[in-house]
Amino acid sequence: MSEPAIPAVLRPLDLLGGWGISIVASLGRFGTFLLAALGAMVTPPLKFWAFVDRINFIGFRSLLIILLTGAFTGMVLGLQIFFTLSRFGSEAFLGPAVALSLIRELGPVLAALMVTGRAGSALTAELGIMRITEQIDALEVMALSPMRYLVAPSIFAGILTFPLMTAMFDVVGIFGGYLVGVELLGLSPGTYFGEMETFVNMADISLGFWKSVCFGVIVTWVCAYKGFHVGHGAEGVARATTQAVVLSSVLILVWDYFIGSVW
Amino acid sequence: MIKVEGLTKRFGRQPVLRGIDLEIPTGSITVVIGRSGGGKSVFLKHLIGLLRPDAGRVLVDDQEITRLSGEALDAIRRRYGVVFQGGALFDSMRCGDNVAFPLREKVRLPKTEIAKRVDSALAQVGLEGVGQKYPAEVSGGMRKRVAIARALVTEPEIVFFDEPTTGLDPVLVNTIHHLILDLHRRHRFTAVMVSHEIPEIFEIADRVAMLHEGRIVEVGPPAQLQASQNRVVQKFIRGEPEGT
Repeated sequence: MSEPAIPAVLRPLDLLGGWGISIVASLGRFGTFLLAALGAMVTPPLKFWAFVDRINFIGFRSLLIILLTGAFTGMVLGLQIFFTLSRFGSEAFLGPAVALSLIRELGPVLAALMVTGRAGSALTAELGIMRITEQIDALEVMALSPMRYLVAPSIFAGILTFPLMTAMFDVVGIFGGYLVGVELLGLSPGTYFGEMETFVNMADISLGFWKSVCFGVIVTWVCAYKGFHVGHGAEGVARATTQAVVLSSVLILVWDYFIGSVW
Repeated sequence: MIKVEGLTKRFGRQPVLRGIDLEIPTGSITVVIGRSGGGKSVFLKHLIGLLRPDAGRVLVDDQEITRLSGEALDAIRRRYGVVFQGGALFDSMRCGDNVAFPLREKVRLPKTEIAKRVDSALAQVGLEGVGQKYPAEVSGGMRKRVAIARALVTEPEIVFFDEPTTGLDPVLVNTIHHLILDLHRRHRFTAVMVSHEIPEIFEIADRVAMLHEGRIVEVGPPAQLQASQNRVVQKFIRGEPEGT
């Protein structure tokens, strides 16, 4: 039975209503997707080897890029902050300034952005290809939950590996700042590390830790969701991958501000 | 028996299924034919519970699956085997692991028993020794046969084939059809196949249903379809273009 035609004057309202409904439905699907994945993560049977595989895929294989970007971020910070502080004669505070910038802010954010680019995009593309080649459908008709096999391990790996990678980013970054500030610009090592101990406290480390946990959930959730709900063909996978990276990056920055402002 | 009643589905404003009624007897090979893009795969996805209809219902042994979800739907699906159009093999796993996967995950069996069953399933589809290769390393025809082996390894009661011969040469089309017929004779599963391989499909089907513009326009034994006076059926069987 065909639907009755909508009068021309009401078409903009029809379009607006349809758009609103689709947005609300998408948000609902997005939320229930995470709940289903979290449910699969905490109920047996747990897929241990799938978790290990995802930890390797998201964490271990991102290590090189994390170490590289961490080192150069720390070096840039060391250089710029040293020149800024030297104008006030406060070079002694280089260590804490580098450490606080990395631990509270740059470590979690940049590490998350790097992992989004390397592993998040790959996760979306992988799930997207599995979707368009009906591999996800195949799991479903075998009465096996794709959430349990594909999504839950990725989110769990995100929660576990993002804080670890952020910690590595921070440590390497602090040593990058040390290289520039101490080895290149002549600050004493004792001053660099000694002042750090005075100014960096547990609350700063906790903030960085919880940010990275949240980013781990956000990146794996968004990227898995986009891969799961991919459009048609190669173009659909390409679009989903781009959307996943853009949305993850935006949410990382928004959440970073939000959590930083309420902490 | 699978019973389909008034199955209706639309995507957006586009109606795809317009009230399908069909009965699929237990133990038979029922083939749904029709033009490409005519909704055959959509119809099949309703039977396996991957899509939900806008109206109508699908009953498997009097149990309505269109209302089921979660464990109740999984219980029905455990009786299924599905061969997807492109095979849907897990490309990160070797062919042998693909066949072993449903056994490892769904049935608690010793490793040696699983290996034995996998070897037997691959042998039944004529693919001894292919287990160690990845899907990307074998031909399209071999991938289809691996997919058939994976669908049958758990000895399902009902097997769905979604255009299992698409993209294959005529020799391979016949090979796959006769393989399905041979496996059906051995295992006596209920087979539901979607295909547009005319006239080859008439050799293996017990019943053929013609799907046209979202409706079943004729259903019966192959001879009945071949002798049908319905113009749509005749044109499709003869391969005549639209509008002639």
